[in-house]
Amino acid sequence: MRPFAYSRPRDAAAAVAEVSADPEACYLAGGTNLVDHLRLGITRPGLLVDLRDLLDDGVEEMPGGGLRIGAATPNSDLAAHPLVRRRHPMLSAALLSGASGQLRNAASTGGNLLQRTRCAYFRDTAAPCNKREPGTGCSALEGHGRHNAVLGASRHCVAVHPSDMAVALTALDARVRVLGPGGERVVPLPGLHRLPGDEPHRDTVLEHGDLITAVELPDPPRGRRSAYRKVRDRASYAFALVSVAAALEVADGRVRGVRLALGGLAHAPWRARRAEEALTGAPATADAFREAARAELADARTGPDNAFKPALAVATVTAVLRDLAARGDR
Amino acid sequence: MSATDGPGAAPGAHTALGLPLERLEAADKVTGRAPYAYEHPLPDPLYLHPVTSTVARGRITAVDTSAADATPGVRLVLTHTGAERLADTGDREFAVLQSDRVSFYGQFVAAVVADTPETAREAAALVRVEYEAEPHDVVLTADHPRLYPPGDEDDPADHEQGDPDAELARAPVVVDRTYRTPMEHNNPMEPHTTVALWTGDGPGPGSGDGDLTLYDSTQGAHPVRETVAGVLGLDPARVRVVSPHVGGGFGSKGSAHAHDILAAMAARALPGRPVKFALTRQQMFSLVGHRTPTIQRVRLAAESDGRIRALVHDSVEHTSTVKEFAEGSAATSRMMYAALHRRTTQRLADLDVPIPFWMRAPGEAPGIYALESAMDELAQACGIDPVELRLRNEPSVDPRTGEPWSDRRLVECLREGAERFGWADRDPAPGTRREGRWRVGTGVAAAVYPHLYNPGSVAEIHYDGDRYTVDIGAADIGTGSRTALTQIAAQGLGLPVERVRLRLGDTDLPAATVAGGSSGTVSWGAAVLAAAAAFRDRHGTDPGPGARARAAAPEDAVAQGRAVASFGAHFVEARVDADTGEVRVPRMLGVFSVGRVVNPRTARSQLVGGMVMGLSMALHERSVLDPRTGHVVNADLAEYHVPVHADVGDVRAHWLEGEDPAAGPLGARGVGEIGIVGAAAAVANAVHHATGVRVRELPITLDRFVG
Repeated sequence: MRPFAYSRPRDAAAAVAEVSADPEACYLAGGTNLVDHLRLGITRPGLLVDLRDLLDDGVEEMPGGGLRIGAATPNSDLAAHPLVRRRHPMLSAALLSGASGQLRNAASTGGNLLQRTRCAYFRDTAAPCNKREPGTGCSALEGHGRHNAVLGASRHCVAVHPSDMAVALTALDARVRVLGPGGERVVPLPGLHRLPGDEPHRDTVLEHGDLITAVELPDPPRGRRSAYRKVRDRASYAFALVSVAAALEVADGRVRGVRLALGGLAHAPWRARRAEEALTGAPATADAFREAARAELADARTGPDNAFKPALAVATVTAVLRDLAARGDR
Repeated sequence: MSATDGPGAAPGAHTALGLPLERLEAADKVTGRAPYAYEHPLPDPLYLHPVTSTVARGRITAVDTSAADATPGVRLVLTHTGAERLADTGDREFAVLQSDRVSFYGQFVAAVVADTPETAREAAALVRVEYEAEPHDVVLTADHPRLYPPGDEDDPADHEQGDPDAELARAPVVVDRTYRTPMEHNNPMEPHTTVALWTGDGPGPGSGDGDLTLYDSTQGAHPVRETVAGVLGLDPARVRVVSPHVGGGFGSKGSAHAHDILAAMAARALPGRPVKFALTRQQMFSLVGHRTPTIQRVRLAAESDGRIRALVHDSVEHTSTVKEFAEGSAATSRMMYAALHRRTTQRLADLDVPIPFWMRAPGEAPGIYALESAMDELAQACGIDPVELRLRNEPSVDPRTGEPWSDRRLVECLREGAERFGWADRDPAPGTRREGRWRVGTGVAAAVYPHLYNPGSVAEIHYDGDRYTVDIGAADIGTGSRTALTQIAAQGLGLPVERVRLRLGDTDLPAATVAGGSSGTVSWGAAVLAAAAAFRDRHGTDPGPGARARAAAPEDAVAQGRAVASFGAHFVEARVDADTGEVRVPRMLGVFSVGRVVNPRTARSQLVGGMVMGLSMALHERSVLDPRTGHVVNADLAEYHVPVHADVGDVRAHWLEGEDPAAGPLGARGVGEIGIVGAAAAVANAVHHATGVRVRELPITLDRFVG
């Protein structure tokens, strides 16, 4: 790897100032993604700014309701937190379905949101990749495409976002607190992650120097049941082919409210607005769930290797909502 | 077993064979004190990182090393123009940096040696290599124009007995199916690693005296020495290979590979400095062998009662343009079942791919997957229970030769397995059982593995007045062979195992053959038994300090005129998610006939490990070769899947008690590979029983059941 300088600033503002001032600087939190990338030569920073001890690493209730999650909170702590498990079991399940115990201990909440795609061509510096080296082309478009995006992709990039946690947060209307050179601002989920368009090197709307300091979660409505289901090529320690984060409120056999986000299908966690709209007020039946899921996937575009994904997404959404509805009736 | 019925046992001897000893080095391993190749404490090491080709076929037109040369900490940059000319590159795998020719993606084209691994890797990334790429061909097809029959007069590609075509034309039941298995890669936990140290007058080749020491992760120290010495033009006595602990090999460490040569070349150019070279996981996907993809057509012609009249098995595989390696998937079908009319054929296409090599049960693992899947299809076609079908086709003699079996107990394996598994109540209808979200099914498959015995190993025993030291240059690649050989020595000497110390994994010890083909314990054990007998002959039961004896394994240890092989039966329960198609295997049960079991604990680990690797073959493993470039896309353990703990359910391995005197003085046959053979077919057959979907291409992934 390229030799780099290393810095441990006094506080978050100093860290932001340091990274903002140096185009070759980047933040280091848990390192579970970045250190890999340093070894592989995917990223070659000149300066690592270590965020250790600069950011909150716990979960607290906010005065007006909701939870505030410090950006340094390890994935394992967040998954195990009693308030998260009680109010947002979907989030806990999503976290526990990701990576391994060791990685979850190291990985931070902010870093998890910003982890980069696992597209094999992105990770191979010998292969052209618009995300890694803009303008070189997309090797995955005509290449090995089992993981490729089927929604919202472009001819420049068919990568998918790898995070499970981000899919749950996208379903839960989370908001991200961002500290930038110009001060603090709030970015909602969905809204943080971008679709690739013609700038696939930009994963999110954040600018160089922006630092995620916290994630805020509104409280769920009463009577909401939530679940996260991840479908993958082995039972554990694999990235999602399709994942579904779903929250459902059913009253009198009809859907009163639904939140649905999908992973493994797009460059960003995919909030299934079309399905949500179709389902709100509809009968809480497997047929209705399937029809809504089909509507959400109607624009899916596939290649030979990922042709199964839309059908798998429909089947998984249907199963998750069907099971949630059955649970709600008890 | 009494104390005196074991081979070589002295009167009144202790009984060491059959004890379930823990690995003797277990504590050292789990406390980090057992040195693996990279970890031998050596002063002032340097680190090598290679540059590998990014075209599958072509010519190097330019190599610019200026940026690497200028990197602080870089000690050496090797390219094909500057590297030494090797003495013998008859085996083209070892023609490292000898020409501008590129024959596969990922081939060594340069290397950097530096003070730290990070510097070496960074400098390697700075080496600019330009190529004149030529059109490449990496895709195997059933009708590939480059297909040819491998082999020679002694071992021809095709075998035929009787008139299988006539039988296929007239038989009432014919199964004619094609099965495909993908390119697969061994992924032992310890990457292939060599630390090379050149000592003596140096520098450079041909400059007088010098000795080479390789701390190598290998399945055979002596075979590596022979290879490396030959390639470098050294007297083998000047080469020492040290390999006391190896973190798995599965065949891929069964010979030297190009990295051994590259490290030795670097060390020769930097005498006195150890050069450490551990392949990255990604580099392992092009440089240490793989299992070829296979396209296998199996035809079975049977009477309506399931009795097979004809068996035809045609296998198509690839090899490299660098050298030939033939997997031989169809060969095992020659001796599995009683079919009067048989034909097996093998065709290879030499493609612009990395060099294939041994991967656990080469030939048998993919070949029996195909045959035992076809047997399940035949059982269904005939409406016969698949266990019963195999019983009906049990051959009384080896169908290839007419020779009697020494110890064929497949029927017992099937019957005992069926009993233990609870097969009797099985509903034969596919796709009809449901438990909650799961579709449930069970499957069976038979297994076979030939008995291989390699003469050539030598053991030496020395008594120091207190303990007996047994020296043999064998390998323990994590299988427990150190422990098993200690038990064999103790048995041979009539001593408790505590009084025996066994040393292995070093060419300073007497020569030993490779740990391959499940031959290790049997072949080395024969040498140890011979040495023990020689020791007792010469020194009796009350030797003085300094007593010593040495003996070689017998040339012919296996009985002539008998067919000797191991057999087994796998029973599997599979569950397939009715919504998502996810496949889970909660239960695997195998019953094996392997002759005498030397150490039940380590033998069970070998059998269970083989079964898990078969599960892996069934559900997970697939190397994706990008046809545009010829490189393996999923070249890491995140994307090249092997099972994680959550994929592995209740796996049980049993064996039939007994011994096979025809197999050699130990009465044992190997346990390293039989566990993988047939396991994938049993999984595939269970998945079919669960879903009614017959997947004929591995791995069986969830998309086969969706939509």
